[in-house]
Amino acid sequence: MSRWIIYSFLIIAFASCKGEQTVALDATNVFESKGVEIPVYDFESFKPLLTIGDGKTRVINFWATWCKPCVVELPYFELINSKYPEDKVEVILVSLDLPNQVESKLIPFIKKQKIQSKVVLLDDPDANNWIPKVNKNWSGSIPATIIYKNGTVNFYERSFTYNELEKELKKVL
Amino acid sequence: MKTLKILVAVAFVIAVSAFALNKVSVNKIIKGYSIGDVATDFKLKNIDESYVSLADYKEAKGFIIIFTCNHCPYSVAYEDRIIELNTKFKPLGYPVIAINPNNPKSYPEDSFDNMKIRAKEKGFTFPYLLDDGQSIYPQYGATKTPHVYVVEKTIKGNVVKYIGAIDNNYKDANAATKKYVEEAVYALLKGEKVPVQITKAIGCSVKA
Repeated sequence: MSRWIIYSFLIIAFASCKGEQTVALDATNVFESKGVEIPVYDFESFKPLLTIGDGKTRVINFWATWCKPCVVELPYFELINSKYPEDKVEVILVSLDLPNQVESKLIPFIKKQKIQSKVVLLDDPDANNWIPKVNKNWSGSIPATIIYKNGTVNFYERSFTYNELEKELKKVL
Repeated sequence: MKTLKILVAVAFVIAVSAFALNKVSVNKIIKGYSIGDVATDFKLKNIDESYVSLADYKEAKGFIIIFTCNHCPYSVAYEDRIIELNTKFKPLGYPVIAINPNNPKSYPEDSFDNMKIRAKEKGFTFPYLLDDGQSIYPQYGATKTPHVYVVEKTIKGNVVKYIGAIDNNYKDANAATKKYVEEAVYALLKGEKVPVQITKAIGCSVKA
């Protein structure tokens, strides 16, 4: 995979609308298959995504294709993503699938479900090190979700219905 | 007007109590054991149709209790390492006891029959028990698979000494630089304090 694709993907993905505060994440790799591109991050390179202070609300959902309750609630995140304008709300689906299942499971899933939200892969095996950095109360089970805008950060280690999710979103919008 | 006030008050009380109830049930699931707590014994069905309790192991010095299952890729990634733990530590007095906490209705792949098949395929050398009725895992506080509890047998009972992950690399055993469970058991065998008592890990949520 060429460096060019990696960097261009990142800049498109994470530049804010007016370009006031561009947060460029360095992907360690990019999986590409069937027209789907999944950038891969270790925690250090992923971390800046949790604290972008550009006034946009970000809904960051930790999930995996093998996690049944995660897959059940995914359409609600998709609905949030399509319902709210891009410059107000951004949904990022952080997959914790194993890297060797990206091409066999994750990409086919994204194609089949026609996932429109941004999907990234967090691939950092030293989970005991990074789980507490996402949130000190997180046990590490998924689904888990962060909803944040600037300095307001809410963390949820639970499943959502659509109404519950939208209610939580509106608290920080 | 007065009726309205009463109605509002009643609705408020209901809303508050509903919230409180909700909170209690959530806490009950998540709390579980802390380091130093005495872990409950159990009598659960093994894949060979016998029933296994910790009390059956008269010679054991403690146990490596691992909540794990068939369907979870993280559990599967650790299977060889779980076998290895039993090979290494059963002779030293710390056998592995694996418990599948999932309700097979939620995950058919985790049914009792499929547990038998998986244990045979992988050649499990340790009991692989079904938490039938999902009554044991909430007492321990296991939230995901794999989730390990190392307990030490004392006169008080089986005291929890370590809670968390097997090591610090789920993808590659050879790349793991911290073998938490091994280090815990070695420390206990030497009568020393467990160096790292609690770790966090990504795992598949347990489903009742």
